[in-house]
Amino acid sequence: MTATGELLFEGADWDFRTLQRVCDACEQVARDELKLDVYPNQIEVITAEQMLDAYSSVGMPLFYKHWSFGKHFAFQEASYRKGLMGLAYEIVINSSPCISYLMEENTATMQTLVIAHAAFGHNHFFKNNYLFKQWTDADGILDYLEFAKRYVAHCEERHGRLAVEHTLDAAHALMSHGIDRYPGKKSLDLRAEEKRAGRRRAHEESAFNDLWRTVPTGPAKSGAVLDVERRRQMLGLPQENLLYFLEKTAPRLKPWQREILRIVRHIAQYFYPQSQTKVMNEGTATYVHYRILNRLHQQGRLTDGNFLEFLQSHTNVVFQPEFDDPRYSGFNPYALGFAMMQDIERIVTNPEAEDREWFPDIAGTGDTMGVLRDIWANYRDESFISQFMSPRLMRHFRLFHLHDDPEERAGIRVDAIHDERGYRRLRRELSRQYDVGFIDANIEVVDVDLAGDRRLMLRHTVVKGAQLSEADTKRVVQHLADLWSYDVSLVEVDGSDKVLKEYVAHPRNIAVAA
Amino acid sequence: MAIHIVDRRLNPGSKSLENRQRFLRRAKALVQGAVKKSSQDRDIKDVLEGGVVSVPIDGMDEPRFRREGGTRDMVLPGNKKFVEGDILPRPNQGGGKGGREAGEGDSEDTFRFVLSRDEFVDLFLDDLELPDLAKRKLAEVESEGIRRAGYTTSGSPANISVSRTVSRALARRVALRRPRPEVLAAIEAELADCSDEARRTELVAEIEALKTKMRRIPFIDPIDIRYRRFETVPKPVAQAVMFCLMDVSGSMTEHMKDLAKRFYMLLYVFLKRRYRHVEIVFIRHTDRAEEVDEQTFFYGPASGGTLVSSALQAMHDIVRSRFRPADWNIYAAQASDGDNSYADGEVTGRLLTDMILPVTQFFAYLEVGQENGLSYEMPNSALWTLYEGLRASGAPLSMRKVNERSEIFPVFHDLFQRRGPQERTAP
Repeated sequence: MTATGELLFEGADWDFRTLQRVCDACEQVARDELKLDVYPNQIEVITAEQMLDAYSSVGMPLFYKHWSFGKHFAFQEASYRKGLMGLAYEIVINSSPCISYLMEENTATMQTLVIAHAAFGHNHFFKNNYLFKQWTDADGILDYLEFAKRYVAHCEERHGRLAVEHTLDAAHALMSHGIDRYPGKKSLDLRAEEKRAGRRRAHEESAFNDLWRTVPTGPAKSGAVLDVERRRQMLGLPQENLLYFLEKTAPRLKPWQREILRIVRHIAQYFYPQSQTKVMNEGTATYVHYRILNRLHQQGRLTDGNFLEFLQSHTNVVFQPEFDDPRYSGFNPYALGFAMMQDIERIVTNPEAEDREWFPDIAGTGDTMGVLRDIWANYRDESFISQFMSPRLMRHFRLFHLHDDPEERAGIRVDAIHDERGYRRLRRELSRQYDVGFIDANIEVVDVDLAGDRRLMLRHTVVKGAQLSEADTKRVVQHLADLWSYDVSLVEVDGSDKVLKEYVAHPRNIAVAA
Repeated sequence: MAIHIVDRRLNPGSKSLENRQRFLRRAKALVQGAVKKSSQDRDIKDVLEGGVVSVPIDGMDEPRFRREGGTRDMVLPGNKKFVEGDILPRPNQGGGKGGREAGEGDSEDTFRFVLSRDEFVDLFLDDLELPDLAKRKLAEVESEGIRRAGYTTSGSPANISVSRTVSRALARRVALRRPRPEVLAAIEAELADCSDEARRTELVAEIEALKTKMRRIPFIDPIDIRYRRFETVPKPVAQAVMFCLMDVSGSMTEHMKDLAKRFYMLLYVFLKRRYRHVEIVFIRHTDRAEEVDEQTFFYGPASGGTLVSSALQAMHDIVRSRFRPADWNIYAAQASDGDNSYADGEVTGRLLTDMILPVTQFFAYLEVGQENGLSYEMPNSALWTLYEGLRASGAPLSMRKVNERSEIFPVFHDLFQRRGPQERTAP
């Protein structure tokens, strides 16, 4: 296998034998040198159109049908045709085997980059990061998606396309609030999940007896009002996972509607780690492809020309425009992640006095890959930045912190810059920008008026004065009411429990009258 | 560890086609409006080529809980001259800093995308139909259905009717008194228990006779077998013919011809797309009429005087020779500037009432006018007055006036709009 010095390919053309050779070479470096631990790889070559297809269903190879994916497709296709948007070189899916899609237009060099990036970098991260381990089930996801697709299609057949569409619309609107943020009792097993859904349905069908419909329901239970504490406990309140709450307690949902909420919730949960580890995930993959391609070039398996082509795309990927640049649109996760990984490599192998003071644990230990693998396994963006952003890197990016208080007439205050006084504050602020606890609005179900009109009460705790946007919120609350099928109210309160705004919605009949 | 490399390029594409159709269905009203608007200012040939439409995003967005406003903290790269404690003026009043949100938030007020040709035309012609398509007849075998037609004694093994075969076999066995196995078993049991020699011989002989009879009369005989029979039946097909009568005389200006041709082009596309069994006959006339092919009809030059009756006469001749009114639904659409030679009026009226209108389901007359004329200000032309008289006496005529390109589609739509079964065609 140590065929050093033998070129993998020349020029830009490739065929499937080339890809195989490239994979083998990358794997050798990844396994022997970087000691990566990856899922088995499956590499699929696709066309631009198929790439667009994948885009519109959030990158997944199979997904249930919904108009919103068609909308995204139309939108992306239009901007792609007009040349406003390039397509990604690859898409990689957190599954076992780990599927990477490569575009057929890529040159041989690009394919090498992409294989090293996706099939080894991302793949290692998916397999080893604690969030992915905790929240996703790589073995089961494809089967589960297949099940979801079949189930939704089946529901459409039985209950009509429109009813299913309404339920999905409502569920999608609440998707960002259908996530458990804290690990539950057991890890997710999507295969078992699918079987359970099948059993539930079978039981429901076998246990159906029309007779029960005719049995008189009798007088209502004693009018004794459940005391508040007990009611809240029984309903599991407060609950921030709105989809979960509706699935379990919404009084008039049909069983299939609950199952659809469950599907949407599971899928949201599956993507939850990805949103928390963008910087790390891309940083890892970029660092891995950079290491692998450099090694291949050193071994004489890439020509200088191909290597330069690689360097050029690599540089484009890790380009970070400055804040006053028209191209600036926030931090580029590739740039930030890669810079941090490289910085850690420097601290581990060649630290300065400052680094020894800031990072006594890792400075100068010499085992770059050991340190990085540990970081990749045990951190997410927020904790990663708050612990491993070095003063030197802050100086390199010339970071500064702006505090924009609308009450402050004079303008925006510069709160900290890259100097001795500011390093820690900068780092804390930056890591907060990646903290999901701050990114999503904090909305909880607080109570249900069981004795009265069954109104569902939600509460948004306003942080730093950022209230919900009114037009969107009205529509989302409407969806909520449709699912709950009684009135729903949402109050926004600030830190001192002062009510800032209240939304109330009454259910329309469409969602339940399916 | 094995690496699988799969070539997916040949997999069927357009996986999201269904999602797209769902999206279009959802946005139908909006898209339809956009399609009609965009078709007004396009060349008639381009109308049907599909293309980009913009629809307002309203009602198709997916709401989420989003937050806005409040105190904001951000860390940015690329500090050049700021030091801690600096106060920066806000870029523009109230806009806050950073165009980040603007790009992804509410700024997408319209949404542009490309419709394929088929999608475009389908939406374009969505709610149109030929009125009063009443006469249906068994046309040449074009469409066939299959239906059950009893049983037969021959056929393919796949079509064996088991129940029918078994019941016939049973009937035959009973009729021919085939011994039942139980009877045989009973005698055999008796034989086993019997010790009387004479009785035994008797029994053995009886068993032998029964067995022979069983062999002679089989359980299932080939004559029992029945096959399900199917036969093909022709399905009735409505046949229709549309006569397009266009005035191309000298009095028709370029603008009028353009209007008329646009109208016929719409008609042509509509019929071709919606009805498989529609014949279209193109007749153009000056002071004499000729039947032409579509190429000549739409693009050929011609000029001369005007005799409307010539076109009607030609239509009548063609109906007589090729389209028996008993079998065909006959439609006609006439476009003219309304000029006719005075002497011809009476002939035209007579032809129409006596020959044409009795056999047609629907006769549409489109009067094209000058570019700037408003339709209600136009003095009624000779033809219009004549037709109006006819309509007043109950003839199935529809009449419309058109001056501008933009009126073509509404008028067309009005004439061919789908109606409930009770409503008659537009007056």
